[in-house]
Formats: sequence, C-alpha cells, structure tokens
Amino acid sequence: MSNARYPEWQAEAAEALIAPIVASEPGPVLLCLQAVQGHFGYVPGDAVAMIAEACNVSRADVHGVFTFYADLRDTPPPAVPVRLCAAEACQAVGGRDVKAEWAKACGDDADLAALTGVDEPIFCLGNCALGPAALVDGELMGCADVARLKAAVTQAQAVGEGA
Amino acid sequence: MSTWFVPRDAAARSMGADAVANALEARGETVIRNGSRGMLWMEPLVERADERHGPRVGWSNMTAGQIDAGLPNEQSDNFIGAVEEVDYLAKQNRWIYERVGITDPVDPEDYVAHGGLTGLKKALAMSGSDVVQAVTDSGLRGRGGAGFPAGIKWRTVADQAPAPHAGESRNAPAHKYICVNADEGDSGTFADRMLMEGDPFCLLEGMTIAAHAVGADRGLVYLRSEYPDAIATLQSAIWIAREQGWLGDSILGSDLCFDVEIRIGAGSYVCGEETAMLESLEGRRGMVRAKPPLPAIKGLFGTPTVINNVLTIASVPSILARGAEAYAALGQNRSLGTQVFQLAGNIARGGIVETAFGISAKALIEDFGGGTRSGRPLRAVQIGGPLGAYLSPEKLDVAMEYEALIEAGGMIGHGGVVLFDDSVNMAEQARFAMDFCVEESCGKCTPCRIGAVRGVETIDKIRAGKDVEANTELLRDLCDVMTQGSLCAMGGLTPNPVLSALNTFPEDFASPVIATG
Repeated sequence: MSNARYPEWQAEAAEALIAPIVASEPGPVLLCLQAVQGHFGYVPGDAVAMIAEACNVSRADVHGVFTFYADLRDTPPPAVPVRLCAAEACQAVGGRDVKAEWAKACGDDADLAALTGVDEPIFCLGNCALGPAALVDGELMGCADVARLKAAVTQAQAVGEGA
Repeated sequence: MSTWFVPRDAAARSMGADAVANALEARGETVIRNGSRGMLWMEPLVERADERHGPRVGWSNMTAGQIDAGLPNEQSDNFIGAVEEVDYLAKQNRWIYERVGITDPVDPEDYVAHGGLTGLKKALAMSGSDVVQAVTDSGLRGRGGAGFPAGIKWRTVADQAPAPHAGESRNAPAHKYICVNADEGDSGTFADRMLMEGDPFCLLEGMTIAAHAVGADRGLVYLRSEYPDAIATLQSAIWIAREQGWLGDSILGSDLCFDVEIRIGAGSYVCGEETAMLESLEGRRGMVRAKPPLPAIKGLFGTPTVINNVLTIASVPSILARGAEAYAALGQNRSLGTQVFQLAGNIARGGIVETAFGISAKALIEDFGGGTRSGRPLRAVQIGGPLGAYLSPEKLDVAMEYEALIEAGGMIGHGGVVLFDDSVNMAEQARFAMDFCVEESCGKCTPCRIGAVRGVETIDKIRAGKDVEANTELLRDLCDVMTQGSLCAMGGLTPNPVLSALNTFPEDFASPVIATG
C-alpha cells in the first residue's frame, strides 16, 4: 500500500535529509528517523541502515530507537489516519463506546478501514474538556462520534484528492 | 468598524472555529485569531470589540451557519455579554495566563502592548544572581508535578561552569541549556498546550530570563507530537522573536546571547520524566536515568541544564514584572502563587482556571465546573493525571495545593482535574492504569516493566471472581513492589490510581463481570 501524499522511498533524497542533521546535531539518531518519516511518511528498513552508517552507530542502536517510539512506523501511513483518544478524560465521556462503535464501523466497511487504518492507541490529545477527542488526518476533533468522524474523513479525503 | 475575535486554539478549532472565522471574513468582517479564554464549553467563543483594544462582548458555541444567517447581535440566544464579566473569568487571578485569549498570539506588538517583555527588561537590569533570588523569593515550585523549588534548581545551575558536550575535547565550546518540558502527556491536562498556542512569546520570554539568570546560551522545548497546533504556533513565535531581537545575539541590546529550538516528541509518555526526556533529546530511547548526577549538574549532553515545565517557566515573566513579593502573597503554606487548574472529563464547564493555590477541589468542580456534563451524580475525581489517585466526592474539601493533596492520598501533578459520573466502573479504571503502564513503561525497572503486565492479569482475575481474596492481596503486594522498586514516577505512582480505586470503590471489584473482549 502506498500513500499518494508522500514521495516513494528514494535513497538519495533520504541521504540529503540526513546529512545536515548528522553534521550539526550532537544527538542525531531520533532527529534523522523523524526527518525520514516526515518526508516519506514512514521509515523503511533501508533508512535504518543508512542512519546507522551516517551516525556511526550500530544498526541495532538505530532499530532500538525506532522501536521505542510509538509514532515511528515501518509501513506507509493510511490516506486519512483516524485515531481516538484512549485516555481517562475521554473515557469519562464515553470514549470507550465511541472507540468500539468506530471499530465496528470500520469492520462493516472495508473501504473505510483501508482509508483510515488501524486506530492505534493514542493517549491524550489535550482536548480533555471537550471529549471524546479524535485526530482525523492530523486535525483535532472535539465531542467525536461516528457520524462526525465519517464526515471529517470524507472532507479530508476530498481535500486530499483535490490537492 | 468592529473587530471580531475567533480563537485559533486547537480546542476551539476542534469545535469548528475555522469555519466561523471563514464565515465572518466572507461577510467582509475584520477577524483576529486570538488564543482561547479557556472557557472551553463555550467554544467556539466569538468576541466583538468596537475598537481593536476596546472591551469585548461575546457569543458562545458559534456556528458558521449562524454567521451566514446574519451577524450575531445582543438579542442572539447565545449572547453572553461582556466577556471579562463572565463569572468564570472574573473570579480567576491570572498571572501566567494574563494575555491568553486577549492577544493575537503571534503579534509582537500586541504582546508588548499587553505587558509583554516587562519581566525580561527588569531581569536584564538585574544581575543573574538577583534574578535567581527573586524566583526563589517568589516561592515558585515546579509545575510538572514534583514541586521542586525553581529558585534552588536555578541556583544549582548558575553555580556550575558551562561545559563542553560529553565526549568532546575540553577546548570545545562550553554550554548550559534551558530545557522546557512541554511533553504534557497527562490526560486531563492542556494548560501547556493552550499557553503555547495562546501566548507563546511568554514561554520564550521566561526561557530568556532563565538563560540570563543561570548563564545559559541554548534553549530547547521538548514538545509532544500530539500537539501539532502548538508546534506550529511556537515555531512561528520563535521566528518572529528572532526578527524582533528577542532571541539571538545581544537580546534587547544587552550582552545576552540565547536562542531556542523545538524538539518534537515521538509518542512516548515516559519522556515527560525529565531524565527520559534528556535521553530522547540526545536521540536515544527514552529510558529513565538514575540520579545523581542531577541534570542541574550534568544534564543534556553532560552540561548543566535547567529543566522546567512550561507553566513554571511561563510564570517567571509575570513574577519579575509584578514582583516576587506580590506572587508569594498568594497561595498558602508551601504552595505559593497561582496554579493553572484544568477542569476536564465529564464536566459541565470544562476549561482553564488560574487561581491562587488553596482553593478547594469542591469549589473548582462545583462553582467553576458546574458538576458533571451528563447531569448524573459525580462518582470519582482523578486529580494530577493518570498517576494520580481517584478521590470520592466526600473527599473534595481538600485544598488544592502540593502538601494537602499528598496528605489526602492524592497529588496535584500538573493541575488536571478529571470528573467521572456514576456510570464509571472503577475496577476498569484500575485495570486501565496498569495497562497504560504496560504501554508506556520505558522498561528499565523490572517492577514497572513486568509488574504492570502482572497487574493487568491480576485485576482481570479479581474481576472474574477467581480467588478474589488471594489475588487482591497479591495486587496490593505487587503495588508495594512497584512503589518501592521503580526509579521514576511511571512505575512508582501507577499504584496510586489502582489502590485508590480498590480502597475507595471496593464494590466495583466485588461483582464478577463478563469480559467483553
């Protein structure tokens, strides 16, 4: 699966991203991983080896950093990622129910599931007075329910295709 | 001609503020995107002033549809009158948040017109040591949760010589760092986010004062990736501050050289722990470090480092501007000054309440918060984030300050207050606390890494009615091991919500439940 918003993996472009970070930053590994993901949408295995080489550390060291952080991924992201807050303040206003209803909606609709990806746990979006909170394609939503989520996905998809 | 104000804060945007601003602009109106007033149940809260800096009236829960149908007026159902006379705001005492909601967050002229830079100018006219003394005299304590006196931490860093990065030669450039912890991961807290989105120059001014006070040359803000709006706003503010000469070389014509950069987190709660944050800033796994050495002596890259929470640093400009004595006159006992409380969860009027320490939890929840959003009876309140205890409604006379909350079995944490109505199952909340620790433990300490997994299993057994007595004893024993045997608060405080749920709401653990998968 690929994501039209991000360029295909290209080693030379990745090297051009990494080199200035390694040259100027005293602790470059995480910054390199974030730069690669920011550009390509994910961190392919080739990038791990490349960063290890550039930073003069072992591949295991880079892999260790990569696997520690929940944000970093080794597959391209879905076109319109949807994530629902799983933390206490949203639980207090029915967040668990909305999560379950959203999972069911994605279970019933394979296209929606493919479009929005797995709702990986995310703990707190800082919208704790207006929960349940969700992040739809990077945009914060308050008082989320399945109908509003679906509408936001449709809108984000239209914007993405228009771009 | 009137000026309209529509918040650019993420919470307001999450309720449709952008569409409202667009609708006003489509009618040819002048729109300023301000920060949020912090009355979040009213968002989008739209305000109108007849003159740019004149008094404002407001309308709550505005929609683009209402604007399209005609500009709102004093007869509209959602008209709230003079915004600053709304009880919720009028009863607060705002220091850190003095400009949030009033100014355009990225307009430097607006910042100065509303008192910005007063603190920095005063600080630059003083010696660094005198600035440290003023912060000490103010009684300011860390707002991240631990409550360590900021002045003592600053003094320790000020007393160190700048050092080259670890591993570099002794002749390499020497540094001290100001690291701001903006990894606001506690559920129920959003005051750091709203400050960075609503008055980012205040944070930068506070960091610059700290740099002058301790002799630091570099600043980093470790900001969580879950806050894209805060990242964008703070980054804009940094660029503007450099243009204005508020950051960089010879700041405001002085000999102070200091610059700030943002570092973005990568989705790890434990990186809010200060030593894990340092590891992450150094590009490694966010594993907690043993102390000593203290970060104030050997911190980021082995250099002397001030690590403060956003609210701690953002308190400093107003302390310098209005005087340490005036600040220390607020609050009670060893909790002086103001705290930015955040009312969240199942609450009718959620948002920001900045007021002196010592207000009762009950006053916050009832007088400001208006009770539960659902209208059902209040069952439990979690104060101080996911590692804070669950308190029953009978315990809410407690004063909101560091020591009184500890005495009541809780903690103030980052000032978050999360309400739950009577539909909550407290055994499920206890299980979640352990499960959260499974997800977020850095893995360094065995009691936290393994104990949390066993904790989830044991709570599941209790809820399923298996050997309830023996398993409850086992759970208590496990909590004891986690408390005593973990380096940091992740494993050490996870037992707080678990045991408080078990002790205060035992009936929720007693009834066997059928697992729903």
